Amino acid sequence: MRYTITVLVQNHYGVLSKVSGLIARRGFNIESLAVGVTENPDISRMTIVVDCDENGVEQVEKQLNKLIPTIKVRVLKEGAYIARELTMVKVSCNAKQRAEMMNLADIMHARIIDVTATSLTLELTDTTARTETFISLLRPFGIKELVRTGISAIELGVNTTKK
Amino acid sequence: MTGAQIVLECLKKEGVSVVFGYPGATIAPFYDALVCDGTIKHVLVRQEQNAGHAASGYSRASGEVGVCCTTSGPGATNLITALATAYMDSIPMVALTGQVRSDLLGRDVFQEADITGACEPFTKHSYLATDTQELPTIIKEAFHIAATGRPGPVLIDLPQDTLEREFKGEFVYPDSVDIIGYKPRTAGHSLQIKRAIEAISKAECPVICAGGGVVSAKSRRELLKFAEKLDIPVVSTLMGVGMMPTEHPLYMGMLGTHGIYSANYAIHHADLVILCGARVGDRAMSKPDQIAKKATIIHIDIDPAEIGKNMKADIPIVGDIRNVLKNLIEKTDELKHEAWVNDLRKRKADHTPVFTSIKGQVDPRNFMRTLSEIVSRHSKAILVADVGENQIWSANNFAFRGGRFLTSGGLGTMGYSLGAAMGAKIAKPARQVIAVCGDGSFQMMMCELATLKQHDVAVKVVIMENNRLGMVRELQDKLYGGRYSGVMLDGSPDFVKLVQAYGIPAEAVGDDDEVEGAIERMLKSSEPYVLVCKVAADIPSRQED
Ligand SMILES: Cc1ncc(C[n+]2csc(CCOP(=O)(O)OP(=O)(O)O)c2C)c(N)n1
Ligand SMILES: [Mg+2]
Repeated sequence: MRYTITVLVQNHYGVLSKVSGLIARRGFNIESLAVGVTENPDISRMTIVVDCDENGVEQVEKQLNKLIPTIKVRVLKEGAYIARELTMVKVSCNAKQRAEMMNLADIMHARIIDVTATSLTLELTDTTARTETFISLLRPFGIKELVRTGISAIELGVNTTKK
Repeated sequence: MTGAQIVLECLKKEGVSVVFGYPGATIAPFYDALVCDGTIKHVLVRQEQNAGHAASGYSRASGEVGVCCTTSGPGATNLITALATAYMDSIPMVALTGQVRSDLLGRDVFQEADITGACEPFTKHSYLATDTQELPTIIKEAFHIAATGRPGPVLIDLPQDTLEREFKGEFVYPDSVDIIGYKPRTAGHSLQIKRAIEAISKAECPVICAGGGVVSAKSRRELLKFAEKLDIPVVSTLMGVGMMPTEHPLYMGMLGTHGIYSANYAIHHADLVILCGARVGDRAMSKPDQIAKKATIIHIDIDPAEIGKNMKADIPIVGDIRNVLKNLIEKTDELKHEAWVNDLRKRKADHTPVFTSIKGQVDPRNFMRTLSEIVSRHSKAILVADVGENQIWSANNFAFRGGRFLTSGGLGTMGYSLGAAMGAKIAKPARQVIAVCGDGSFQMMMCELATLKQHDVAVKVVIMENNRLGMVRELQDKLYGGRYSGVMLDGSPDFVKLVQAYGIPAEAVGDDDEVEGAIERMLKSSEPYVLVCKVAADIPSRQED
């Protein structure tokens, strides 16, 4: 099962490698990891998606908590958070296909961010599931390049993950 | 003051009186500060790994944080095994490594090694100290982190320019630390404690499993009181050996693949298992599910990640073991488990083997029994066992009556004992400190004889000479049809002569009848001393099967 974990860490040298190294070392597979600074510049937030069982995620949570630069770890509850990822796709697209492509972008709420005579680059911010639908719709056109950030997540409602 | 002097002042503030190390160019500023100041003793080892083991032995014997230091590059990489050894056994230590100048980091300059990166899996925390101004905070934090919560080694990598630069302003050593994400919990959760008390009151066949956490938490006395008040038998892991007096009526021995029958029987037939600072390692409990199926599991540990890692726990108690045990002792009434205890005691007695002497050979198990008999007349000794058959013979046959047992339990590092014993002896000069090792492990660390001599450290060393890597040979007998591959130690020196070449007294024994006298002579010596036991070939490590 896929678990989304949000981690607050001190914004120190080497923390990203400490976190990713720890998870890998303990035998867990990171599906995605996104990191950025928070409203407090001394603190970064990581959103990590791991694929494992319930015992596994409990271990990941406890092990992450043991790292000294870790401030807070939270395994997000299904349905209690919003998760989004940013995807950019460069597809083959000639002048004749352009209208169809624009239509598709429109339906999926994607944006066209670059265009050439033979290609088109689209940007989508959405859930992982819708991102995958989007990619599968584009595949027949010929995907030249695909860039995904991995998801960032935030809790629903007034709750925050804070120290 | 320079950064190097600041480091020294900080160590003094931490009460450090001895540093085990080996110098080189990048750490030279610190060495200069050491000699100019003169208050902290430096013990020059002969290989950096042993500086780490010595700091570990010092820490374990004294209960304080041991300190070691090395230069950058090869000095630091030589230390890795010792850090990994200490990490696995949760030993509080601070390691200082020199590093190339910070403006050269990342360029593969002479003797540069990314030691904080390399040691990431083996340290509780590490620092790359590029700012001289931060040294007081870093060192304060390092000692705090090493010693609190689940203890462990902390590494401080010190670029040469950090040590050479002038410290700006007045030196003030911080009197507290504030690390936002690090607040170890020490008191057990009251609800879980309540549940534990209830489970204990219902159990008919309870057993306590004491691990290394009992040692870390300095809770030997509480363990004994808890077991006696509630009349609960105790078994121990390798790391917990020595915490209960071996001959105590409630003590059933060490459990696990190399443990004894009564201990394994107890844990597999219990209806309640109280794990105290035991991490359910595979050598102690190879089939934790089988145990958990029969018994309710109470797991007490300072490290929440240990609870549920290798065995599911019905009642998890995160906290300092001493604290939790005190709490449990206070809140429980006396109990009796006569039938269960008597059954186990009978099993223990029935399965205590007598080893018949063979003329012209020393039985290492009889040797350990005799050694403990004689030692306990003199003092509470610190026994340091290396790794291999010698370790198991020591753990199962030396009777502890208040002394200590130090060994590399988690990593099983051959070559641990001499360095660790040296550190322990320096921490407790009045105690007998005896290192027991194999002829293989001795040859991994024998360079340290010079350190014993140079610094007058009266460690007593027993070499169990069987001319083989006994433990591995046993394995090859069992699993590889007796095809011995790379286990014979032909070519080994005459150990007595070798030791004497260092100016250290030594003798060899080759018969059980000579053992007593030889041990007396060894213990009487006020110098370091080596006793070589010509051990009968093929004495198994396992007491069962
Ligand atoms: C550094 C290291 N290398 C290899 C091993 C694997 N190993 C475990 S026990 C053992 C044999 C030890 O031989 P010796 O020191 O002579 O002790 P004995 O078993 O004969 O008592 C070996 C090689 C180890 N534990 N540590
Ligand atoms: Mg041997």
